[in-house]
Amino acid sequence: MTEVRLQTQALSRRFGALVAVRNIDFKLAAGARHALIGPNGAGKTTFINLLTGVLPPTRGRVLLGDRDITGLAQAERVKLGIARTFQINRLFRGLSVLENVCIAIAERVGAARSMFYPAGKRTDIIDEAMQLLQTLALADAARLRVSELPYGRQRLVELAIAIALRPTVLLLDEPAAGVPSAESHIILDAVERLPEDIAVLIIEHDMDVVFRFARRVTVMVGGALFAEGTPREIESNPQVREVYLGQAPYRAAHV
Amino acid sequence: MSVAASPADDAAAAAPIENPAARALMRRHRVHGWEALPWLAGIAFYFAFPDYLSFGCDLLVTILFALSLDLALGYAGIITLGHAAFFGAGAYAVGMLATYNIWTEPITGLLLAALVAGVIGFLSGMVLLRTRGLTLLMLTLCTMALLEQAANMAAAYTGGFDGLPSLPIGPVFGVFAFNPLYADTQYLFALSVLFVCFVFMRTLVYSAFGQSLTGIRENILRMHAIGSPVRRRVLICYTISAAMAGVAGGLWAQTNAYVNLSALGLDRAATVLIVLILGGYGRLYGAFIGAVVYLALEHFLAQIYPTAWQLGLGILLVFIALFARGGILGLAEALWRRYSGKLSRRLRAERAAP
Amino acid sequence: MNAVAEIAGIVLGGLAAGTVLFIVSVGLSVTMGLMGFVNLAHGAFAMFGGYIIVLTMNRAQYGFPAALALGFFGTAALSVVLERFLYRRLYRAGELDQVLFTIGLIFIFIAGTTIVVGSEAQSLQLPPSLSGQLNLGIVHYRTYSIFLIVIGFLIALGIWLTFERTRIGGQIRATVDNRRMAESLGINVDRLFTITFAFGSGMAAIGGGLGAEFLGLDPQYPLAYLVYFLIAVSVGGLGSVIGVYYAALILGVLNFVLTLYMPKGGTIFIYALTILILLARPRGLSGGKEQ
Ligand SMILES: Nc1ncnc2c1ncn2[C@@H]1O[C@H](COP(=O)(O)OP(=O)(O)OP(=O)(O)O)[C@@H](O)[C@H]1O
Ligand SMILES: [Mg+2]
Repeated sequence: MTEVRLQTQALSRRFGALVAVRNIDFKLAAGARHALIGPNGAGKTTFINLLTGVLPPTRGRVLLGDRDITGLAQAERVKLGIARTFQINRLFRGLSVLENVCIAIAERVGAARSMFYPAGKRTDIIDEAMQLLQTLALADAARLRVSELPYGRQRLVELAIAIALRPTVLLLDEPAAGVPSAESHIILDAVERLPEDIAVLIIEHDMDVVFRFARRVTVMVGGALFAEGTPREIESNPQVREVYLGQAPYRAAHV
Repeated sequence: MSVAASPADDAAAAAPIENPAARALMRRHRVHGWEALPWLAGIAFYFAFPDYLSFGCDLLVTILFALSLDLALGYAGIITLGHAAFFGAGAYAVGMLATYNIWTEPITGLLLAALVAGVIGFLSGMVLLRTRGLTLLMLTLCTMALLEQAANMAAAYTGGFDGLPSLPIGPVFGVFAFNPLYADTQYLFALSVLFVCFVFMRTLVYSAFGQSLTGIRENILRMHAIGSPVRRRVLICYTISAAMAGVAGGLWAQTNAYVNLSALGLDRAATVLIVLILGGYGRLYGAFIGAVVYLALEHFLAQIYPTAWQLGLGILLVFIALFARGGILGLAEALWRRYSGKLSRRLRAERAAP
Repeated sequence: MNAVAEIAGIVLGGLAAGTVLFIVSVGLSVTMGLMGFVNLAHGAFAMFGGYIIVLTMNRAQYGFPAALALGFFGTAALSVVLERFLYRRLYRAGELDQVLFTIGLIFIFIAGTTIVVGSEAQSLQLPPSLSGQLNLGIVHYRTYSIFLIVIGFLIALGIWLTFERTRIGGQIRATVDNRRMAESLGINVDRLFTITFAFGSGMAAIGGGLGAEFLGLDPQYPLAYLVYFLIAVSVGGLGSVIGVYYAALILGVLNFVLTLYMPKGGTIFIYALTILILLARPRGLSGGKEQ
């Protein structure tokens, strides 16, 4: 077993009477390609919100390496190397694609503190942003406003911002959801080409993608861990089949 | 990134920085030739309209005040209804120091005004800026009302409702005295102060810090998620904005040689909001356009046809909110884009034709 | 005996003013709770209705109840038209646009009223049955104030029962609580909003008419009391009828006391209190929704 980058211990979160995340012990290895699957409302997004500090847990701990980060704010966790994408785009819609990425890079390298040095003179930042956009086939859209892009390319910008933070742990919440399949392969290609040493956790409903990408799969149902294993093991697990057959017929073909 | 470049964009792949988007970003902070225009116009006004110099002073003060609001509202997206609190704080700081002959030197007086307003902005911002939406609107509004009533209550020091008249303001650099009957020195002084503040603000908004403020305006949740210390940024921005509003207030007190409660009221806060949005917020020059258009219309219409002025203003605001969110500058920009877009398409078509 | 009478007088006067504040503000609270729309022009509907009520009574010699009904329905009708054609376009816009739009509406209402009716203040001629003094045992007090307090209580009770007991009330509560959830349950939020908007504006009209006698009624009305309406709504809690009722009554009494004993700047305590309450409970006294 390789080194554990991120783990949770008895992590729980309630919303009033609803337990959205229930007592989860989870480990994400360094360099992992890990998929998190589960029916709608299983608590996947909530789990990621707990990992990134968007929400405080009701109980339990989150550890990065051996460091307890449960009490840290979102921004502090980002500084320690945890980045994410959101299931629903959170972009600077009125700014250009290039600026979206530049803002993230400037924040990472600490340039965003400087109040009297023109951002335009930081050619290192702009250069890095342009290179990143090229790898994502976004260079031709660099000067368009995000709101002018089709949805599929907006999802790509969402990914670009997360990558620009040079994370060691990357959490992707349905990166290709809602994107027509003709475009979704660009996103998934980009995910596959991420540097090897980043630990990636991806929430994904499309089982083809999960099989292509993931080396480990965790199934979440009703807020709790339901099963974990290699894609083969999960595929042949009769209980997992049942959950999916019972709840989401459109995925049954893949399982 | 050890990722192969995509074949999609060969031209840009050769030298990324050559991309037009990158070039635009690298040039944005540079000073354009046309940016001299407002200042030339300001100087021309001095010679062309010697009878309107006190109106000119009001105009310059309003521009400065609207600029300060633009920093908080247009750049960082802090929606406040109480910005006159800081204008008033600066005005009363200058006014009280002058009335009691503690401090009458105008330049340092403005620095003190900035300090007082900035401290109030920092302290109130520390507690208020945690909230959003209606709650923040109410808190800023109530803070301003609180200061207004405090000034009203402390009539022994502030002159209460009547304010402090005939402020003795010292000469600029000990040489150029303010003439109470003729506002020529005042006008040039105000123009210089505005220029200095504008250069400061322009530098600020084109810095990476300024860029991060627009990020906060556009999507505050995303800013948290890229590791930005959002609360600190917003507080710094609010404090600077408050200090600048304080300078505007101090300048108002100096050029008029009086202070009264009108410096602090909802009227003034709403007016500056309207001025800024009319011109176009988040745009640096929106404050200039908005103040010129608003004050000119007000000056010539409001006295003669007050009701028609109000009706027209109301219709204008509704129109802007519904159809022209970027104000006058936004409209101009949209028209320009359409026109230049058509032009460049035609050029491209012509080039492609043979 | 004198002290008791004085205190009772202050409390009753304050409660009467607070009641008017409640009647005007309650609609604002519910519509803001439903849509999150920052409607600064709510007071303009109160003024519009107030003018209908006062003018029909003074000039057309309508009875008080008939004038109130006319004010209610006339204002509700106007508000539906405005909602359909203008407000609706800004539901998804930012607060700033909403603020700007509603400030613009206020100006239009002020100017329109000045042009059509004139800038002088209108006064309400109370019917004789309400204009005397009422013997309450310990004190004599103005019949009209007592009438207002009772009416306000009945209105609060009525709206509260509607919220708690009827289908539409349940839908409103569900939507204020979690709009997305309500929509997914098949509640037609747009229609709900139109209905509550019309009703809330109608209530504001009645408040404008009932309060004309001591708040006055002139074209500046929507601006003059704007801050008070907003305080009542934000301190009471968006979408909370009971919260707004209490907040308005407290505000009424406090304002009455302060203007009586500290005419110069006494309202400072109202603003300070509002700030403290909102800092401690940003969603108002009733707690309201998580956003
Ligand atoms: N802020 C919140 N307040 C109340 N309930 C919430 C909140 N966020 C999530 N929930 C509830 O928690 C449960 C888990 O939601 P979550 O979004 O984590 O599911 P998910 O697995 O990501 O689903 P999907 O596949 O639809 O994205 C759902 O029942 C949801 O309604
Ligand atoms: Mg989800």
